[in-house]
Order: sequence, then structure tokens, then C-alpha cells
Amino acid sequence: MKYIEPFRNGAVAWKIARRIATEADPHRDYYLMEFCGGHTHAISRYGIPGMLPGNIHMIHGPGCPVCVLPMGRLENMIQLAQTPGFIVCSYGDMLRVPTARGDSLLKQKARGADVRMIYSAADALQIALRNPQQQVVFLAIGFETTTPPTAVVIKQAQMLGLTNFTVFCNHVLTPSAISHILQSPEIRELGLVRLDGFIGPAHVSTIIGSKPYTYFAEEFQKPVVIAGFEPLDVMQAILMLIRQLNTGRAEVENEFTRAVLPDGNIKAQRLVAEVFELRRSFEWRGLGAVPYSALRIKSRFAEFDAERRFALPVLSVPDHKACECGAILRGVKHPRDCSIFGTACTPDNPLGSCMVSSEGACAAYYRYGRFREHDHDDTAKVH
Amino acid sequence: MCLAIPALVEQINADDDAVVNLGGVRKAISLALVEDIKPGDYVIVHAGYALQKLDLAEAEHTLQLFADMSAGIGDNED
Amino acid sequence: MRQAGKRKPVYTRKLDFRHGRVEMAHGSGGRAMTQLIDQLFIAAFDNDYLRQMNDQACFPVGSGRMVMSTDCHVVTPLFFPGGDIGSLSVHGTVNDIVMSGARPLYLSAGFILEEGLPLADLKRIVESMAAAAQAIPVPVITGDTKVVEQGSGDGIFITTTGIGVVPEGVHISSERAKPGDKILVSGTIGDHGIAILLAREDFAFYGTLESDTAALHDLVAAIVQTAPDMHVLRDPTRGGIATALNEIAHQSGVGMLLHEHCIPMKEQVGAVCEFLGFDPLYMANEGKLIAICAPQDANRLVDKMRAHPLGQNAAMIGEVIEDSHCFVQMETRFGGRRVVDWLSGDQLPRIC
Repeated sequence: MKYIEPFRNGAVAWKIARRIATEADPHRDYYLMEFCGGHTHAISRYGIPGMLPGNIHMIHGPGCPVCVLPMGRLENMIQLAQTPGFIVCSYGDMLRVPTARGDSLLKQKARGADVRMIYSAADALQIALRNPQQQVVFLAIGFETTTPPTAVVIKQAQMLGLTNFTVFCNHVLTPSAISHILQSPEIRELGLVRLDGFIGPAHVSTIIGSKPYTYFAEEFQKPVVIAGFEPLDVMQAILMLIRQLNTGRAEVENEFTRAVLPDGNIKAQRLVAEVFELRRSFEWRGLGAVPYSALRIKSRFAEFDAERRFALPVLSVPDHKACECGAILRGVKHPRDCSIFGTACTPDNPLGSCMVSSEGACAAYYRYGRFREHDHDDTAKVH
Repeated sequence: MCLAIPALVEQINADDDAVVNLGGVRKAISLALVEDIKPGDYVIVHAGYALQKLDLAEAEHTLQLFADMSAGIGDNED
Repeated sequence: MRQAGKRKPVYTRKLDFRHGRVEMAHGSGGRAMTQLIDQLFIAAFDNDYLRQMNDQACFPVGSGRMVMSTDCHVVTPLFFPGGDIGSLSVHGTVNDIVMSGARPLYLSAGFILEEGLPLADLKRIVESMAAAAQAIPVPVITGDTKVVEQGSGDGIFITTTGIGVVPEGVHISSERAKPGDKILVSGTIGDHGIAILLAREDFAFYGTLESDTAALHDLVAAIVQTAPDMHVLRDPTRGGIATALNEIAHQSGVGMLLHEHCIPMKEQVGAVCEFLGFDPLYMANEGKLIAICAPQDANRLVDKMRAHPLGQNAAMIGEVIEDSHCFVQMETRFGGRRVVDWLSGDQLPRIC
């Protein structure tokens, strides 16, 4: 497949790995956070940690919209699904996420609720058009990549004058999350957690561009390299971060030039600005309340806002007592440090958000990495 | 987040609908988020929507960068 | 089924295979059911066992070890490129039988039909089953039919049971994989799983990929002839090769190491997996097998499989290793290594 396969070239990968090993300063450690869950998945799926020298540590960030959706919000959807006359539409990612009671949208479907899996926001609109007698609610999740399609369908719904289509908006924002992490006491004041640089998300950046990251680089003096989605992109970005850190630079660099422009996708940004506005605060699972980190639907489109139309209550559901997801999402702990990792909490029975999605830190480590005793495999002979 | 892949635009229909081709599989997607797309362009597709046009020159440039980065490293090991 | 006696029953109306639909009466044991059995099932499967119209089939049992297997078939859509639920139900059970090295002898077929299923569809399915069975040949010697109310089923559910006999000296079993053994696959992976996805309209995909559903008895016979001491054979159906290999690893108490670049896969399968975020290692196969053999047999086996129409893309994809964790690991195409874990639930398309 063009523009995919060449970016997965193993021979080139080992050469870049060797260059990384050559240029990494053996007298220091490097702590790099990949913010985006898609990158977490790619890093694990291709076995990248095993190709890096032992002093480069990859930390998984909270860029997994499935992982950070609070259970209370999921409970809202489950309650709607149980209401007669409602059809709940959701991307596949959310269907198996369990609530504290062990319930899920998929389990509700088994009990007779009308829960439909969709691949695209447009599918939800189609379902509303084909079922005029039912109330169709679309569970909208995702960072800036997934928000524009939701904006498109809300506008289309308005044009069509639909009265049976609403969106339960849980769209969240990347820069706020990064800020929150960098401002956490462990990092800013206590110096307990080393975070030297960021691998910026690939597809979020196609929408928002590279400019928004300049703030982090300057304010927190941390380099950011926006990386494409393929493993060679990630390796290259790691090399670029090493070079910045070695020379004391803290800049925004763009490795994903084939899809990310400094200003991003203006058309998509305008559509989003037309339909959504900032929430003052939003609860993130594992991170607590984060200011100006999420979007809600503007009053102009109130009839398509499920929260307003159905007066959905704010439900606060705490995580399992032993769950360390909050610390893991902030990069403070590793899945191994969690007492229930791999025992009570597994991909088959996820208790916390990091295990729920295949790109959550715990799920990725469990699925791809736990055969290794340490983060770096001895068999990766990088000299 | 954000599983997305680059695919070739084969056909553009009315109402921002298009058909892309990846590895011989065709898929209907929406161009509502992009502009100035022609058949023969590559777009990044996420959840049924094109997010951005792929800059083919930059793609080649990036691949060349990888090749340059790895130049000078021996082929004999591993 | 009612005893027919020497005279065939008289039916007042002909079965309307063009516009007719399955009704509750077709499962209630009366004349309507007998007519359906007589004019569709017996007509299609066409063998002496069925023509006797007994509730059971009687056959002689030879000496040797017998093998029996059962499979329930539930697939949507009922018809897909490369096959249908009928041919699938025959191939699936025959393949389960032959994975022990056995020669398939007989099949039985149970049908649960949903009220309202078009008789034209039922006829097409049954005739497809008959053709698949006759191609082997393995007769369908007994069966049953029930009808459930509309809304209680997906059109049709088929359960097939098969019986076979294992030749002397053949001991193929999932606990026989040993460190050093080679892991072979008979062809491209994920074809069936992806073909089914393409046939469903939900995702608006258009492709030419067909299901690989096929009976593997002949390929297995060739394999066993080349390597009589074959250790393990398995057809990786639901859950794909990843699931089959994890099961074998646990049953044998070993680990495995696969090499991603050796695993044959069609481009279209890869493409759909990219779109939806699926891992092809977990996609179903219905006409492929995994063979685990002693290292000295591996090359000959690959050659033998490649010479067979159903094994043209056969390849050696890895080896069995010592591992107390029984992990299936894979050296990725990219160069790093990862675990190929068990599946948790069905793969669902993801946006993340």
C-alpha cells in the first residue's frame, strides 16, 4: 500500500535505531511521552521499545479518548439505551468499556437495548433518517481529529430539520491535556517525574496544525516533535527529540510534514468553532477536573444536544480503589506498578481506563510487552 | 487516538461524497472537511472522512530523510 | 420424520420454491414438513440413507479409531462472495474431522429455520451444501429440521456433525508441538473474515475478495503422506491463526516465535484491516490450515502444499520454542518483537 509500506521498512528502522543509540548520551536518561494513544499502539505493536537503548524511556500519555471518558458519562448513555424508543449509536471502541457495575453498552444490547455500532458519524445520521419514530443518540468521543465529523453531521441534521437526532458530546482537547500533565505538581514542583519531551499526535495535528504546541515548548521548555502514524515516523521523531535534548533546544518540530501544516486544516477548525464551544471544566477519568479541556454544543444547536434535551444528570463514579490509572495516565507510574495489573485487571476484565482500550497504556503493555522482564529487551542488540 | 490512513481518491461524486482506494479495496467517504481534492490525490481518512490531503512531495522528502538518517550505518549487522 | 413405507406420500400442493417462505408448519412434524424434507433435503442430498426416511442412519463401523466433530454455523450474510452458510457448514465440519488426520465418512445436518425465510434461499443453501458434500464425497446421511418464530433466528442456523476414521500410525494432536518444530500455514490469512465484512453493507466497502471456504481433506491426505509423523494440524477459523496458535501453545506447554514478514496475506485483507484497526492475525479462515511438524519435514511439506491447489501460498511462518509462559511472540516486519495475545471478545472497528 502506497505511502504506508515504505514507512514500515524494517531495514531502515534498525539503521535509525542504531543512529539513535549512537547519538543518545550514555550519561543521561531520556524520558519521552507519546501523547497519542495511536502512537502507544504503534509503539507496542511494532516492538519499538525493544529497538531503543536502555536509557530512552517511552512514557504513555493520556491521549486515549476511550480511556479518559469518565464512567459517569458512560452511565448516562447506558441509561438512555435502556429507555424505550431510543437508539444509541457508538463507535466500536466504546461498546465494551465496563462501568463500575460491570455493565457496558454491549451488555445492554444483549439485554435488548437498541445499541448500534457505527464506523462513521455519518452512519448515525443515516440511522436517524431511517428510524423517524425513534430517538437516535450518537455517543461522540475523541480528540480534535474526531470532532470535525461530529460538527458536520450536526449541521447536516439542522439542515434536514431532524427532530430525532442528538449528540452526547465528549470531545476533548489535546493542548489542555498536555498542559495539565506539565503543570501537575509531580512534574512542575516536586520534580518527581521526569518528562523531557513529547511526541506530538499525528492526526490531531493535521487538524490543529503545529502552532498550538509552541506554547508548551516555550512555557515548559520541553521539545515537541509531531510524528506521523507509522513506526518509522515514530523512530525518526525520537531521534529528533534526542538531538534537541542533546543541544538544549526546546522547539516544535514537524516530522509529519506530508500531512501537517503549521495552521492545520482551517476548514475543519471553522466547522468545529461554528458548532462547539469550550466547557469551563470537564472531568477526565484518572486526571480529575481539567479546565478548558472539552467541548460542548452551542445553544444554536441545542436541539441536537443530548445533554440539554434529555436533562442528563451529572453522575460521578469513582474508579476502583486499587486502580492506578490516574498516575499511569500522567506518566507517573508504569502499568507494572499497579497492584491489580494482569491479575484482577486484564483486557478481558478491565477495571480501569488504561486497560479498556487497546491503546491504553496497560492494555498495550499487557498485550504486547509483558513477556519482557524489563522495558528493554536484551535481544535488541543495539550498539 | 485517531486511527487514520492515506488512501487514493478515485472518484468524486456530488455532496462531498467520494470513493477512495486502498490496496484494491474501495470505500465511500466524505470530503466535507477538505477542499480542492481531485481524483488521483491521496487523502488521510479517519472514521469515513478525509482530514487532509497528503503532500506527496513531502512524503517523498520524508522517506529521503529516513534514507539519509540511516546512511553511513553498516548493512552487515542484524 | 414419519415412516414413509413403500408408497411415497401424496402432497396436495407443490412447494413454491420461487415465492414461498418457511412456515411454522414446516417444522411441526406433519405433512408439510415431510414434503419439505422429501422434495428439498432428500432430493438435494440424494443418497440411500436419507431415502429410507428413518429417524436414524445405520452404517457399518470398520476397525480403527473413529473421530467425530460438530460445528454450529451462524453467519450473516447467508450468502457471500466465495460461498454461503451451506458450503461453510460442510467444509467446517469436514475440516475439523480431517485435522486429526482422519478420512471423513459421514455427515449429519440439523437446521433451525426462521419462519419467513424464503424457500428460494433455503433451496440455494441446501443445494450448495449438497454440492460441497458431493465434491468430497461425504454423504449427509441424517438430519433434522425445526422452525422458530419470526424474529427468533438469523434466517437459518445449521449444525453439522461429522464422523471419520483415523489411519493406523497417525497421531495428530494439539499437545504434540515440541520446541524446534516448524509452524506452517497453507495460504493467505484472514480471507474469510474480511470477505464477510465486505459482504455486509454496514461499512460501505467494495472489494473483490472472496471467502476461502474449502474442504481440506485432500490437502491433509497429501500432508500426512509426506510427513506421517505430523505433530499438529489445526484449521484457524474464528479468532484466526493467533487464537489457534495460542490454544496449541497452551495445550502443548510451549512457546512460539512467528516472523511477520513470512505470513502470507492478500493486499485487500491488509487494506480493510488498516481502515478498521483490525489485526489480520485474528481474522477467520475457512479454507486454511496450520501444520506444526518436525524441522526435518518442514521444507518438503511446504513444497508439497504449494503443489496442491489449496496450498499454493503455503509458507513457513515460525517455530516452536521453550517458554514456560506459553507466549506466542512475533518478530514484527518492522524489526521489534511483540506478543500475539489471546483475543478478548470479537474485534470491533475502532477510531482510536
